[in-house]
Amino acid sequence: MLLNRIIPCLDVRDGRVVKGVRFEGLRDVGDPATLAAGYAADGADEIVMLDVSATIESRSTMLETVAAVRAATDVPLTVGGGIRDVSDAAAALQAGADRVSVNSAAVQRPSLVDELADRFGSQCVVVAIDARRRETGRWETLIAAGRRTTGIDAVAWAIDATARGAGEILLTSHDRDGTGEGYDLDLVRAVAGSVRTPVIASGGARVAADLESAFHAGASAALLAGVLHDQITTIRDLRRALAALGRELRPC
Amino acid sequence: MTGSRSDIAIVDTGLSNLASVEAAFRRSGIETRRTIDPQVVRAADGVVLPGVGHFAEGMRRLRAADLVGAIRARIDADRPTLAICLGMQLLAEESDEAPGVAGIGVIPGRVRRLPPARIRPHLGWNLVRASSGSPEPRMLVEDGAAAFANGFALDAAPAGWATAWSDDHGPFVAAVERGRVLACQFHPEISGRWGGALLGAWIVMVRTEVPTCC
Repeated sequence: MLLNRIIPCLDVRDGRVVKGVRFEGLRDVGDPATLAAGYAADGADEIVMLDVSATIESRSTMLETVAAVRAATDVPLTVGGGIRDVSDAAAALQAGADRVSVNSAAVQRPSLVDELADRFGSQCVVVAIDARRRETGRWETLIAAGRRTTGIDAVAWAIDATARGAGEILLTSHDRDGTGEGYDLDLVRAVAGSVRTPVIASGGARVAADLESAFHAGASAALLAGVLHDQITTIRDLRRALAALGRELRPC
Repeated sequence: MTGSRSDIAIVDTGLSNLASVEAAFRRSGIETRRTIDPQVVRAADGVVLPGVGHFAEGMRRLRAADLVGAIRARIDADRPTLAICLGMQLLAEESDEAPGVAGIGVIPGRVRRLPPARIRPHLGWNLVRASSGSPEPRMLVEDGAAAFANGFALDAAPAGWATAWSDDHGPFVAAVERGRVLACQFHPEISGRWGGALLGAWIVMVRTEVPTCC
């Protein structure tokens, strides 16, 4: 059986890890390679690194950061943010990513997912979906770091993306991101119940019970950022607490 | 050849997470080199055959670089060789992923599609259980957990190879070893301290090899 995963997320801008609430008010929280190495040593199962830079010039900086994080960590590394075509993905993989994550570009041009899966294999392609709850009880897909609505149903997009070859869905609740209110479990259930690929729950985690609830709702992995960067909790403590709840994690 | 200057070459057909493999060796103090030269693949102290992607594309690229014979020759001669993920599958005779496409054929058996499960591909960490001695030989691979990213795997122990197992809705082969050849379905280069220790053990084997040629 696949083991559930705990994944720290590094939002990186201009070579530094930053963190905001609901995607805004970014502040500096540290050096990417130093943080990633610490998390991996603490028992992180994987690292996700997302480029939240706004400018084209920052692309080369990002690739240097990918190489630095790769050198410092011995667990799988997923890199996303600004990947718009096969050559962007190839550059990230050559710099040391094991998987690439696409978001806005895939919403705007879904065939990007097919192209990446054909070229690199499904296991290499993560589709990140930023979702916001609507009054209808459904969720809408957001793009451009949560700033633009699309009218596209998030569950329908997840189904389409996996049919096109996505090997994993990174599912972020825009409503919960940075709030510490726990994952949007209804969203996790809706997506994990609709696709066969692993789903990474993201947005709102604070304590081990949040992760356990996400796993119970069908998430394969749980992503955290702010509570780790701010040292409100640690991977080690989360692992210990999850073990006490009976959740089997990788021995390390 | 002994010492820190062991020559370890990574087969670079443009179809793998090469940077992750290189970074893992670098953490063990080893600078590797990339190659698609059959002579280097025959002669290097150690050769790594990595690979992600499709079985047919992997074989196409090995054939295009004239590497199939070189890889087969070094494995037949028991030269230190490490195959990873698709690299391991390419050593088998054939695969469900590409019916009719011949593999390198040094590991007997056919690579099978993993049994159906709620979650596919088989992506993430899974437990590995190694054979730990008599009657089978002791393995470099020890019990632990490894990072996987596969939809296919051998489902039977190949004759003549020590076998480590994983399970996801049915057992499948996590790794095989014969002499100085190690083939892993998982990715040791990103399997944490456990994977780093396995690479370290393989590197020790490369360094202590007594030349068998000439």
